[in-house]
Amino acid sequence: MPNQPNSRPNTSAEDQQPGSDEIIIDLIGAGSTVLDLGCGEGELLERLIRDKQIAGRGVDIEEAKILACVKRGISVFQGNLDEGLKDYATNSYDYVILNQTLQVTHNPVLVLREMMRVGKKGIVSFPNFGFLYNRLQLLFAGRMPVNRKFPFTWYNTPNIHFFTRKDFLNTCIELGFQIEQEIPTRNGKTVARLFAGSMANEVCYVLTD
Amino acid sequence: MPEKNTEQDTARGSSVGVVQPQDIQLADEDNPLILDNGRSFAPINVRYETYGRLNKERSNAVLILHAFSGDAHAAGYHSPEDQKPGWWDPMIGPGRAFDTTKYFIISSNVLGGCQGTTGPASVSPETGKPYGLSFPVITIADMVRLQERLIDALGIDRLLAVAGGSMGGMQALEWAVGYPERVRSAMVLSSTARLNAQGIAFNAVGRNAITTDCRWAGGDYYGEETPSTGLAIARMIGHITYLSDESMRMKFGRRLQQRATYGYDFSDQFEVESYLQHQGDKFVDRFDANSYLYLSKAMDYFDMSESYGGLTNAFSRTGAKFLVISYSSDWLYPTYQSKEMVYAMMKSGLDVTFIELASPYGHDSFLLDAGRQTELISSFLEKAYAESTE
Repeated sequence: MPNQPNSRPNTSAEDQQPGSDEIIIDLIGAGSTVLDLGCGEGELLERLIRDKQIAGRGVDIEEAKILACVKRGISVFQGNLDEGLKDYATNSYDYVILNQTLQVTHNPVLVLREMMRVGKKGIVSFPNFGFLYNRLQLLFAGRMPVNRKFPFTWYNTPNIHFFTRKDFLNTCIELGFQIEQEIPTRNGKTVARLFAGSMANEVCYVLTD
Repeated sequence: MPEKNTEQDTARGSSVGVVQPQDIQLADEDNPLILDNGRSFAPINVRYETYGRLNKERSNAVLILHAFSGDAHAAGYHSPEDQKPGWWDPMIGPGRAFDTTKYFIISSNVLGGCQGTTGPASVSPETGKPYGLSFPVITIADMVRLQERLIDALGIDRLLAVAGGSMGGMQALEWAVGYPERVRSAMVLSSTARLNAQGIAFNAVGRNAITTDCRWAGGDYYGEETPSTGLAIARMIGHITYLSDESMRMKFGRRLQQRATYGYDFSDQFEVESYLQHQGDKFVDRFDANSYLYLSKAMDYFDMSESYGGLTNAFSRTGAKFLVISYSSDWLYPTYQSKEMVYAMMKSGLDVTFIELASPYGHDSFLLDAGRQTELISSFLEKAYAESTE
C-alpha cells in the first residue's frame, strides 16, 4: 500500500522482527522524555512507555495512524515533519527519534537539524542502500533493489531519498553532529563496524550536537 | 445548529431514549454569581440533562458543553412522539462515543442562553419584566463559573472529562485551565483559544442585523413583535460560516428550488437561498435575539492568552490531558488556531493529542462527522477513565 510521504512506511509482516524497535528500546534510558518523528501507529512509543517508563509523544502525518495511536493511548500530533519543529522548544526532549522515517522526508537536512535542536540526543535508524545485495541487484540485474528492506517498486515507494551508511556519515560531518554510537545490523543481528557499509541492511545511530 | 445529516450518522450504539430536562436554582440573593464584569448576579436557574449513571466513586462524570445555538438537550428525545433528537445524539448513548453504560453525562444550557437557563429573556425579580439589555454582559468564564456550581450540586469533585465544539470548546478550555483540580481531561473540537478577527466580524454582522431591525427596540421587545427579520438574517450569515464551499456545492449546487429554468424575475430562488431562509425562519421560533447578542459577545471576548498572561502560562496551570480536533474545511475556526493552542499545550508539558480530520462539512463537521470522532473520543475517554482508576 502506498504511503503518504512523511509517515513511517507500513512494514510487511515478515519485517516485524527483529527490527530497529528493539535496538532503539535498548538505547533509551529509563524515565526519559522522547519525541518519535514519524511514529506510525505508536508501537515503539507504547513499548518505550511500558518497558522504559518514558514520557513520550509522537508526530505523524496520516490520519489513520493518529487514530491508531489514540487507541493505544499514545499522545500524538498530526503534523508534517518537512515544516520543521519550529514550535518545539530547543533541547526540550532527552531523545528525538527518526525510526525508518528520514528516507521518506522531503527535506532530510532540515528534519535532522530540527531533530538535533529539539532533542538532547537524536536517534536515527534507516535502511542502508549500500547493503551488498542492493549493490549486486543494481549491478547485475540492472534494476532498483526490491527486497525485505525495500519492498516497493520505484513508482510506489514512500522512500524518496535513498542513501547509504557512508552518505549518512558524511552528512553528519557536514552538519557537525557527533556520533555517540553506531549499531549496524543485518536482519536485526549486529554486524562488525568494519564491514557495516556493505554487510548491514540497517543502521542505527545515536547523535549529539 | 444544523439539521442532523443522516447520511453522516455512522455512529454505533443506540439512543438514550426519552430523557427529562431538569431545573435547578444555582444562585440567589445570598449567594450570587460574581461575574467577570464585577457584577454580582442572581437569581440564576440552570436547565440541564443527564444521561447514564454516576458511579459510587463519582469518577465517571463527563460534562458536555454546547455550542452557540445549542442547549441542554444533547441526546435522546423529550417524548416518545418527539422526532428530533438532542444536538449530539449520534455521539451520546449506550455504545456510543460518550457511552452512557460507562459514563455519567451532564449537559446544561449556558448562562445568557434562552433554553431554560437564565438569560436576557428571563424575568428580572426587581422589575418583574424580562431583563433585555439590563442583563449583564457575560463571558465564557462566567458560563463555566455557573457550570461549576452545577457540578457541586451534583456532588462531583472531579470531572473525568469536559468536551465541546466551537463555543463549547472554549468552555472546555476554560474549565481545564480555570479549574485544573476539577478536570482530568478535555476534548476541544473545532475551537480556538481566542476568537480571530474574522469570527468577531461575522458575529458583529449578525448583531447588526438584529439591532437594526426596528422591532428590536433597544432589546425591549418582549411581549411585542420580536426582531425576527434581523435574527433570521443573523442566522443565515451564521449558517454560511458553518458550511463550506464544498458542502454547499454538494448539497445545493446551482439548482433552483421551484423551477427547472430561469424565469428572470426575483421569484426565482436557488436551493441554497431557500435553505438559508428555512434555517432563518426555524431559528426565530426557538431562539431569543438578545441571547444572540450576549452569547456572540461572550465569544468575541474569549481570549485565554489575554486572561492568563499568554497561552503557555494558561496551559501551565493545568495537568489535564487534551484531545484537540480540527476539520480541514472549517474556515471559521481554522486548523492553525487549534495548532496554536496545541503548541502552547506542548510547551507547557501537557499530554495532548492533535488531529485534523479531513471533512468537507466545514465548521459543522464536529456535529455531523460522528464516525472517526467516535473512534477518537471513545478511545481517549477509555484511557482517561482507566488512568483515573489506577
